Amino acid sequence: MKPFAYARAATVEEAAGLYAAHPGARYLGGGTNLVDLMKLGVEEPAALVDVSRLPLDTVDELPDGSVRVGATVRNSDLAAHPTVRDRYPALSQALLAGASGQLRNAATTGGNLLQRTRCPYFQDTDKPCNKRVPGSGCAARDGAHRDHAVLGHSPQCIATHPSDLAVALAALDARVELYGAGGARTVPAAEFHRLPGDRPEQDTEIRPGELITGVVLPAAPAGLPSLYRKARDRASYAFALASVAAVLGVEGGVVRHVGIAFGALAHRPWRARRAERALLGAAPTTAAFERAADLELAAAEPLRDNAYKVRLARNLAVDALERLAHGSPRTGN
Amino acid sequence: MADTGTALGAPAERREGRDKVTGSARYAAEQNIPGRVHAWPVAAGITRGTIRAIDTGTALALPGVLAVLTHDDAPRLAPADDPTLAVLQDRRVPHHGWFVALVVAETLEEARAGAAAVRVEYDVEEHDVTLTEDHPGAYTPEQANGGNPAHREQGHPEEAFATADVRVDARYRIPPLHNHPMEPHAATAHRSGGRLLVHDSSQGATTVRATLASLFRLPEDDITVVSEHVGGGFGSKGTPRPHVVLAVMAALRTGRPVTVALPRRLLPDAVGHRAPTLHRFRLGAAADGTLVSSLHEVTTHTSRIKEFVEQAAVPSRIMYAAPHRLTTHRVVPLDVPSPSWMRAPGEAPGMYALESAMDELAVATGLDPVELRIVNEPDTDPDSGKPFSSRHLIECLREGARRFGWAQRDPRPRSRTEGPLLVGTGVASATYPVMVSPARASAHALPDGRFAVRINATDIGTGARTVLAQIAADALGVPLDRVRAEVGSSDLPPAPLAGGSSGTASWGWAVHEACTRLAALLAAHTGPLPDGGLRAHADTAGSADAGSDWARHAFGAHFAEVTVDTVSGEVRVRRLLGVYAAGRILNARTARSQFIGAMTMGLGMALTEGSTMDAASGDFVESDLASYHVPVHADVPDIEAHWIDEDDPHLNPMGSKGIGEIGIVGTAAAIGNAVHHAAGVRYRELPLTPDRVLEGLAGPL
Repeated sequence: MKPFAYARAATVEEAAGLYAAHPGARYLGGGTNLVDLMKLGVEEPAALVDVSRLPLDTVDELPDGSVRVGATVRNSDLAAHPTVRDRYPALSQALLAGASGQLRNAATTGGNLLQRTRCPYFQDTDKPCNKRVPGSGCAARDGAHRDHAVLGHSPQCIATHPSDLAVALAALDARVELYGAGGARTVPAAEFHRLPGDRPEQDTEIRPGELITGVVLPAAPAGLPSLYRKARDRASYAFALASVAAVLGVEGGVVRHVGIAFGALAHRPWRARRAERALLGAAPTTAAFERAADLELAAAEPLRDNAYKVRLARNLAVDALERLAHGSPRTGN
Repeated sequence: MADTGTALGAPAERREGRDKVTGSARYAAEQNIPGRVHAWPVAAGITRGTIRAIDTGTALALPGVLAVLTHDDAPRLAPADDPTLAVLQDRRVPHHGWFVALVVAETLEEARAGAAAVRVEYDVEEHDVTLTEDHPGAYTPEQANGGNPAHREQGHPEEAFATADVRVDARYRIPPLHNHPMEPHAATAHRSGGRLLVHDSSQGATTVRATLASLFRLPEDDITVVSEHVGGGFGSKGTPRPHVVLAVMAALRTGRPVTVALPRRLLPDAVGHRAPTLHRFRLGAAADGTLVSSLHEVTTHTSRIKEFVEQAAVPSRIMYAAPHRLTTHRVVPLDVPSPSWMRAPGEAPGMYALESAMDELAVATGLDPVELRIVNEPDTDPDSGKPFSSRHLIECLREGARRFGWAQRDPRPRSRTEGPLLVGTGVASATYPVMVSPARASAHALPDGRFAVRINATDIGTGARTVLAQIAADALGVPLDRVRAEVGSSDLPPAPLAGGSSGTASWGWAVHEACTRLAALLAAHTGPLPDGGLRAHADTAGSADAGSDWARHAFGAHFAEVTVDTVSGEVRVRRLLGVYAAGRILNARTARSQFIGAMTMGLGMALTEGSTMDAASGDFVESDLASYHVPVHADVPDIEAHWIDEDDPHLNPMGSKGIGEIGIVGTAAAIGNAVHHAAGVRYRELPLTPDRVLEGLAGPL
């Protein structure tokens, strides 16, 4: 087998140092995706820097009313956290819509954001894939792509990002905290993942050696109605065909706060800025929601077999906004 | 564990249950024989061509790698009856995933790394993996699977259809499906002292032994094949598979015990799949629903190396009366992996088409779907003309309707909504043929008052040990806890596979006969038993395989309630209910487990399971359990299985029919029919995933 070094970091600084000292290293969180990819030969790290036991496993309220989630908080724990359930229901729902109970118990907040696409061609080293081997081609474009992107794809890559958590974070205006050689910085969650362009091998804006240390949920959407809705092939343990995270604040009969993000439509969570702009200041009517969704999805460029995603995403968004506006309980399948 | 009864039909607990849930039951890959090493196959990444060169040097230089077997140097096999077993024999690559090398190493990880380091150069040829109804390569074979004639015609079906009062003409599509048992295909082989010991995950060790003896030119007596515990097979372990040939090759080459455990990703190409089927179904009926013509035409694929024809039109031959009838199969050889057996081969896809078409006819005639089926109940087998040994389809339909609350159903499509959900119910019939094969068994009365029966039956998770002990206890007239059943080794009296829903009937017949003889010996015996006890043997050759003047089939009815989400296109099953008439039920607990397990598999066929053949690579796209969606717990609803007591003297001494497969038959149609009732849209391609459902709800994009 391909040997690799393993080192466990006790502090963030030590982790960054270990990473720098081991060319070809990868950070290891819950291992629910990276270890699979190593077995498949997709990832062949020279070293694993285990960051799963860093002291980043707490959820803390900050003085300004925001909430900071440490990078090693497990998905199950975050979904069950009373503050999260109370103030950011979309986030809790998104986590619980992902994977299985066993995987959520292992998966970390930071690792969830850095998981790779589940494009079957990416996972098969016998097949061309520009994300895995830049320049090798894209087998999905003319192949099986029912699950692939309809927005923001490129000739090089039509993969989607599989995280549910990331979609909720994007809608909630969360920020991703990073630590690396250049010190600490934060990036908006909605801009943390990137579109493929001509560098599909680069999933995110993270810089070499940088480590996710946490995510910060801002005060503004806290307590506003929010939800996450995911359509999938089976009732549990399936990646989204499309999903939506939405938060909506209505005052005086008009929309004062809105955040909408789509999952499984693009190489990153798709923050629906156009739709949001159309809704801000408008009355929260079905017609307004439909128009907003259509405005956003007008940019879609479906492939041969995934045009259904546009209609699905529109339905999910309109349904989600209506429920948030009218406080109706979730009654879908 | 306390045994709960002696009589047949008692819900006795599985005897190996505790071993399984505590992990002490050992499966084929878990035979940690001292010195055991591991092998990992190299699967072709091309679809069609020949091997030009294989570079094994890099792999052989890796730590732990002991050997790399290729077509150049692997043991030469005798000609194989099953061409899929002729691995590493020549340069030809007939399909994607064909094994082209095998790396043997000290550890599993070293073998995997070695396999990744083998470099194969190919001369690649053009390939064709796409099945269409009008494919120029399609032909009508002589036979479909199971020895069934490919084509049957009675009367003038075309003309009768053309002039019928009511006509249904519909096309249905079922994608390739994969068995994906929980335990992947695995074998551990060990050559020691002139004997070959093989632990194989197989549904029938007797055939594995015979096949290995033939392929490797060894006397059968020098081979033992053990299949003590098998973690499911669903048909894909019904015949010897390539992994066991590879394990023996590696053991012969290295002199070490070798385990080959196929990784999940290699299963779809390597162990067989249910071939896709394209159905055209035409039903012509009088205005009162009486069928006048039935035409079921099936097109399917097979590989270039093996003619395997899913017999999907066969169930249409026996279900309903119609004076004019046609059933036919066409097959297209493609550069695809060889299809093979999967639970209810023929019946599962065929009855999806027939029972969907019957539902369409019910809508077209305005008849209740239950009544339509009853109206068309035949007096005798419409195909052979033989009387049915027993047929209680109508009773299953009526009892199911009563339990399900069918009478309250508003037949109008899209008549029931709950917010964004459309709610509907559907029904479909089920059938599965009665099959039985000869077997041998021995029964042994021990001096201490205990008994042992021995037979090379296989427990694939069904509870075979338990039910065979029940049959023995019943025949001997002794308490169940005094009877031990030894199964799962080719050193035991030979017996056929666990397949075709025939295992219990075949094994049970021999066990029953041996025990009946032993009971007679005991009755004639006076005084204490000799030290060695008393033994009796049975061989049912000539009786179990004797022809019958009766048409022998099990029947059943499935009822489903579904919701269709108009927002997401998601279909979920709320209730699933099956009622079966399958002879005498021998163990209520394990029978129920078989029924609801198969119904769950039918739910998967309806809603979640589907495999995509990638036209460019000739590979199945969904190659793991994250992408090939078998139902998870959250998908499985309120699910009930019931049965009607059936007293049929024309079967076997126990009066049983097979129950392992009928639960999947018709389940997909019941769910599809419920979706039509809910949504008012007729979907004719499985699975009913949100993309398809949403498109149907909204009309074309």
